[in-house]
Amino acid sequence: MVTVLERDSEQRQRAWNVAASVVDPEIPVLTIADLGVLRDVVVEGDHVEVAITPTYSGCPAMNMIALEIEVALERAGFHQPKVRTVLSPAWTTDWMSEEGRQKLRAYGIAPPQASNSRRALFGDQVVACPQCGSDRTELLSEFGSTSCKALWRCKACREPFDYFKCH
Amino acid sequence: MAVANIQVLETPLVLYALRRADDALILGHRLSEWCGHAPMLEEDMALSNIALDLIGQARELYSFAAKAEGRDNDEDKLAYLRDVRQYRNLLLVEQPNGDFAQTLVRQFFYSAFADLYWRAMMMSRDATLAAIAAKSEKESAYHLRHASEWIIRLGDGTEESHARAQGAIDHLWAFTGEMFAVDESERALIQAGIAVDPASLRGRWLATLSDVVSEATLVLPQSDWMQQGGRSGRHSEHLGHLLSELQSMQRTFPGLTW
Repeated sequence: MVTVLERDSEQRQRAWNVAASVVDPEIPVLTIADLGVLRDVVVEGDHVEVAITPTYSGCPAMNMIALEIEVALERAGFHQPKVRTVLSPAWTTDWMSEEGRQKLRAYGIAPPQASNSRRALFGDQVVACPQCGSDRTELLSEFGSTSCKALWRCKACREPFDYFKCH
Repeated sequence: MAVANIQVLETPLVLYALRRADDALILGHRLSEWCGHAPMLEEDMALSNIALDLIGQARELYSFAAKAEGRDNDEDKLAYLRDVRQYRNLLLVEQPNGDFAQTLVRQFFYSAFADLYWRAMMMSRDATLAAIAAKSEKESAYHLRHASEWIIRLGDGTEESHARAQGAIDHLWAFTGEMFAVDESERALIQAGIAVDPASLRGRWLATLSDVVSEATLVLPQSDWMQQGGRSGRHSEHLGHLLSELQSMQRTFPGLTW
């Protein structure tokens, strides 16, 4: 016999999987689970509530992500799902999964360096080119096409590329 | 104007959050005025990105203020339905963009403070303010680095860029004192460990400024006469013009959503 608790737990896993498959609208190779933006899913009876955390304070993708989570859950049969934003603990690039980092690189975006320490923010950074792998790269602009990225250039293969900033 | 101003119950905590939210929103709006006008594409993107960070910080602080107030105000009402005299931002952030040097000097003065301020606020006893600080301090660090590099480039650049950068420093200096002022309502929050005493940051702020400014072959003014008023709603003429643009849609079409 399936108890209510077991059913909720199964539903939670299902809701988690649905929410986890939503992709970042600006970097569509990454799911919000890869990004570390998905924090929690709570199912109580018919109600489902998803907690997400913003990457950058002003990231305009967050509203879009919240909407897409709601739509995905509705489609999967969850009624009136809610998305809530949590601020603590604050998101850093360390929340990004290893799989996410590999997907980014394959997509042509250099993944953030492992540590979010201020040394990584201000020290000399070596960012490997996601195209050819060379370390001979240079920063072109601290601020790139979205708030999370900087613009770099590879001096070996001459390709410009985005770098997902350490945060 | 078609819509009445909201009333805000300014408890010390609400007022504290509003002041910081207003700083971030007004400076973010000023930077957004450069969108499409900056001297090069990279700078256009940089200034717009910094604006986005600041407006994001403002949203979180407004939401916090609305919750602390506990009435039916929200982030949008706080941003769009208060008039000049109800705004609590620093006079520094509402100063017009002027030329590129003036925009960057204003940003430099503010970011050098914000970087220290948010780092210290990560220790706030208020969990939400500490969480907002944890995001903002990283963003501010990038903003400070960006502004510092420009101060050096402009100051140590041509005769023209040097003169403009020095002129901007001299012009904006009198607006920096307000960042370190504390009134009664903030004193209690500082004692409770919710807020930090900005006076304790001034030494390091000045050291950051001195390092960058001297590398830029520029000088900081000696004057210690400081203009004040923004924190209590006494603003320069510039804020009203800014708000009339920022608020025009909500004032004209109340409750409009995209």
